[in-house]
Amino acid sequence: MKRTLITIFITAIAVMLAVPAMATQTIKIGFNIPMTGDIPEVGEGSKNAAEMYLADVNGAGGLDVGGKKYMLEFIYMDNESKADSAVNAALKLIEQEEVVAIIGPNSSKQAVPGGGTANENRVPMISPWSTNPNTTLDRPWVFRAAFLDPFQGPVVADFAAKKFGAKTAAVLFDVANDYSVGLAEVFKSAWEAKGLGPVVAYESNGTKDQDFSAQLTTIIKAKPDFIFVPENYNQVALIIPQARDLGYKGPFMGSDAWGTPDLVKLCGEQCNGQYFSTHYAAAGAKGATKVFIDRYMEKYGAEPADYAALTWDSIGLMVEGIKNAGVVDSNPRKMRKAIRDGLAAIKSFDGVTGSSKFNEQGDPIKCAVVVKISDEGTFVFEESVCP
Amino acid sequence: MDFIIQNILNAMQWGSFYALIALGYTLVYGVLRLINFAHGDIFMVGAYISFFVASFLISPFTGLSPAMAFIITVPLTMLLTSLVGVTLERIAYRPLRRKGAHRLYVVITALMCGLILEYSNLALLGASRLKFPELIEKQVWRFGDVTLTNLKVMVIVTAVLVFLFLQWVVTRTRVGMAMRAISYDKFAIPLMGIPIDRIIVVTFVLGSGFAGLAGLLFAMSYPVLEPFMGMLIGWKAFIAAVVGGIGDIKGAFVGGFLLGFIEVGVVTVFPSTYRDLFAFTILLLILWIKPTGLFGIPQSTKI
Repeated sequence: MKRTLITIFITAIAVMLAVPAMATQTIKIGFNIPMTGDIPEVGEGSKNAAEMYLADVNGAGGLDVGGKKYMLEFIYMDNESKADSAVNAALKLIEQEEVVAIIGPNSSKQAVPGGGTANENRVPMISPWSTNPNTTLDRPWVFRAAFLDPFQGPVVADFAAKKFGAKTAAVLFDVANDYSVGLAEVFKSAWEAKGLGPVVAYESNGTKDQDFSAQLTTIIKAKPDFIFVPENYNQVALIIPQARDLGYKGPFMGSDAWGTPDLVKLCGEQCNGQYFSTHYAAAGAKGATKVFIDRYMEKYGAEPADYAALTWDSIGLMVEGIKNAGVVDSNPRKMRKAIRDGLAAIKSFDGVTGSSKFNEQGDPIKCAVVVKISDEGTFVFEESVCP
Repeated sequence: MDFIIQNILNAMQWGSFYALIALGYTLVYGVLRLINFAHGDIFMVGAYISFFVASFLISPFTGLSPAMAFIITVPLTMLLTSLVGVTLERIAYRPLRRKGAHRLYVVITALMCGLILEYSNLALLGASRLKFPELIEKQVWRFGDVTLTNLKVMVIVTAVLVFLFLQWVVTRTRVGMAMRAISYDKFAIPLMGIPIDRIIVVTFVLGSGFAGLAGLLFAMSYPVLEPFMGMLIGWKAFIAAVVGGIGDIKGAFVGGFLLGFIEVGVVTVFPSTYRDLFAFTILLLILWIKPTGLFGIPQSTKI
């Protein structure tokens, strides 16, 4: 009797030990995305794209790594679009969820600190949307899917000089946002390097500001030919109407943070006719990009914004990295190392946001597009700029 | 010169919002000696209420013209927001007052009520922002390099009118006399036959109603709504009320405009990083010289 009990007990323990061992047959990837806070649209779009990818892979029986199929498991963590919460979300994913890799944070404001956490803890991370160089700089464990601000700044400067025939420029940026500060600086030096004219006003604001009248009055007094506003869409929706109220009639130029459908919803007609640089344009897409856009639209009833497309590509990169690793190790530490090496081995990648080559920093070199907000409030392709 | 006049107008618009919210803080404090920390969030709720009322009125279902909708939205928003304020008083502050709780607990309750309003909004409506519909057709008047919109004028005029009205209520009416009496001695006042609870309800109706009005005007001026929009502006308006001398209507009005002028003034001259640093250093200096605020009277028991 006693022996039977012991046998049952041992069997039970063996089963309990075996279950997690079997559970490691899934590959756990964490998502560090802003579901609430300043840019909830971005988190939602990223999650939508991820869910679509997950359904594709797991629907086909899992991911084939070294001849064996593994299910993917995605864990979404809200970083409230705050820098400190992005670090906490990364730590939670690494320590509690024991993910083997992280996708996100999106915005540079969270991706710069979040990337630091991933790098220190030796977890491979891909930021889909971050364009600030510091996100991946000297961080061998951190990768990205988007182009960089040192590329985006000159794109904006060249386009404005050509399109508006501008001689002078003004900049309004968010001083508490790494992305905005970095891009404003790059743009300023790019503009001044062109030798057409000076940056006549260089004004800043806070993230939670709602009134920009003082900054805009200073800018308008300096009479710039155009105003560059590398800020999040929610602030743009306040800035442009306020500038018009203060009597500014010239054009605005924006950056990739403008590219959400919410910009048009919040800003209304006042934003129509303005231009911004971004990662891809949904209108007029061909090939794999068009297939992705059509499927996304069918599933969620809206066009995928650039962050959704970049999240899709980031997952694609991650899958490529895992395949390069060749084996799935049940030890998360070993698996993380293998994925990192797999990611570093990628030389070029064809995604829905275009093809890119990777340099030694792990940064992609790819084309940017300039998009116009049409009179109907849609984003229309204007031109493509390649490095 | 034009540049200075333009910035004075900018500051007056921004200061008007601080003044309107600060008036609500000071009114409740003046009567109950209670810092109603939920006031900034009542302002936020007011903005949301006005959004739903206005959207409903201009929808094809009712089909009113935007101008007509605006005229109806004003009283309706004030009424509904004051109901929110009174409800808070009824379910959160009054039970504590009845049990004779120390004021500290009531203040903490107010803080919690504010957070409850913010997060219930987040849970109910989600994190994505709302766009306030355009109710009055915007007109931009130009005088040389100075521009003025009809909305700006409306905001500033409203702030002045609300101030004059509240000043009149508190100093010239029977209700106002009762309010002042309660703040003197809330134990002796019921013995004089003054219905203390009813007067407190009137106070909350006035304070929250004008917070609702401020919310509506704010939403029209800055038409992007989010659940946390009332937090920062609420705190700053509270500080403005303290600097003006909390409990004094004139003080809240002057304090609100003062803060608006300092903030816009600093941003005009320095990078915006210095704004809050300079603004609050100046306010600290004012309190340092005059701890009761510009118009405040020293009191033996304050929080």
